[in-house]
Amino acid sequence: MSKVFPSAREALDGLVFDGMKIAAGGFGLCGIPEELIEAIRVLKVKDLVIASNNAGVDDFGIGILLQTKQVKKMISSYVGENAEFMRQYLSGELELEFNPQGTLAERMRAGGAGIPGFYTKTGVGTVIAEGKEHKDFKGKTYILEEAFVADLAIVKAWKGDPEGNLVYRKTARNFNPNVATCGKTCIAEVEEIVPEGSLDPDHIHTPGIFVNRLILGEHEKRIENRTLTR
Amino acid sequence: MWDRNEMAARAAKEIKDGMYVNLGIGIPTLVSNFIPKNLNVTLQSENGMLGMGPFPKESEVDPDLINAGKQTITELDKTSYFSSADSFAMIRGGHIDMAILGAMEVSDSGDLANWMIPGKLVKGMGGAMDLVAGVKRVIVIMDHTNKKGESKLLKECTLPLTGKGVVDSLITNYGMFEVVKGGIKIVEIAEGSSFEEIRAATLGNLIV
Repeated sequence: MSKVFPSAREALDGLVFDGMKIAAGGFGLCGIPEELIEAIRVLKVKDLVIASNNAGVDDFGIGILLQTKQVKKMISSYVGENAEFMRQYLSGELELEFNPQGTLAERMRAGGAGIPGFYTKTGVGTVIAEGKEHKDFKGKTYILEEAFVADLAIVKAWKGDPEGNLVYRKTARNFNPNVATCGKTCIAEVEEIVPEGSLDPDHIHTPGIFVNRLILGEHEKRIENRTLTR
Repeated sequence: MWDRNEMAARAAKEIKDGMYVNLGIGIPTLVSNFIPKNLNVTLQSENGMLGMGPFPKESEVDPDLINAGKQTITELDKTSYFSSADSFAMIRGGHIDMAILGAMEVSDSGDLANWMIPGKLVKGMGGAMDLVAGVKRVIVIMDHTNKKGESKLLKECTLPLTGKGVVDSLITNYGMFEVVKGGIKIVEIAEGSSFEEIRAATLGNLIV
C-alpha cells in the first residue's frame, strides 16, 4: 500500500466529516498545509474544530475556511491578523479557545505520545486556569492541561519520501512535527517527494510511522510581514 | 525621560555574555540593536529558532524563515531550528535566561497584563504566558503612562492577566524599577526625570 496520493482531494477521501477535529501545522502563514486547507474548503465539510496556532489571514490559510463558515471552533494562541475571524468571534458565530502557545504545542505532543494530560505553570493565576485542577509540586502551583488528539492532522514539510519520512525547512517546521503525531490520521503535503533512501536517516524530523498519506503540493508561501534590513 | 531607543538600550545593559534571550514584539525588538558585539548572546524566537540574525536584504528574503512577529529574518552560523514543543520546552523548562516584553499594565506585585482588552481587542497571548511563567528573569519595557496620561503601573491590574507575580524588572520612560517585596523599587531615574514626577505618575506602591 503506497502512502503517496495524487492530490490533496484524493488524500482526504474517506477521512473528512462534519464536526471533526483537525490539527493543522504552521505558524502564521509559514509552513501551512496550503493545498489540504484548500481541498477541505472544496469538500464543504462543516462545524470543524480546528487546532492551529493561528487562523491565517482573511484570504489565505485557515482564513479561507472561516470565509465559508466551515469552522465552528478554533483552538489557537494568537488570531490578531484576521479581521473576518474577529468579526465572527465578536458576533458569536465562532467559538474560540485561547491556549498559550506552549500549552497548545504540548497538548499536541502529549496527545501524540499517549499522555492524557500534564501539569504546567503557564497560565496559573490567569483566566486560562479557571475551572482547571490546581496542584502543588515542591511548593509551586501548576494547572492540569489535557492532551489534544485530532481526527485528522494536516502538515506541511519540505521533503518527504514514500515511507512518509519528513524533513522540514527552517522555521517552517514550527508546529508541524507536533501536529503530525496527534492525529488519528495524518496527511503531509511536501514540496518534493524524494526516492526512498535519499534522506539521511539521521536527519529525519518526523519518522514515517506518524504519516499515513503523502501528497506533492505547490506552495505560494505567502509572506505575512516582509521586513528588510535598513 | 527616555525615548524608545533609550529604554531599549537600558534593557540591553541587563544582558550578559552567554545569555539566551527572548525578545518580544515592539520596543523589545529594538533591544537587539544595543547588545554589545563582543558579547556572545543568542536570541530565541519561540516559533522555533535559536540564533536569530538581523532582518534580511531583499535578496535574502526566505518565506520559510520568520520570527515570532512573522517578520522575515536571517540565520547565523550558530542557528538551530526545532519544533514548537521543543521551543517551549526551552521556555517552560527554565532554559532561557531572560525575556524582555511589552505590557499594557503591571502591578506593584509583579502581575502582568499584556494580551487582551475584553470586548475590544481579541488577539491572544501567543507565547507570552509561557515566557513569563518559565523564563528565569522577566523584564518589561513600557511607557509609564497611557495615552490619557494615566499610570500603567498599578496596585492591581484591571485587564486580564498574562501572569501573576511574574515581572522581575520594569523599564519605563521614567527609569528602571525592580519588583521587590512590598512594591516597586526605583533602581535608576532617567535623565531629566525626577522622583516627584515618577511618584505623580505611579499608582502602585513605590519604594525608594
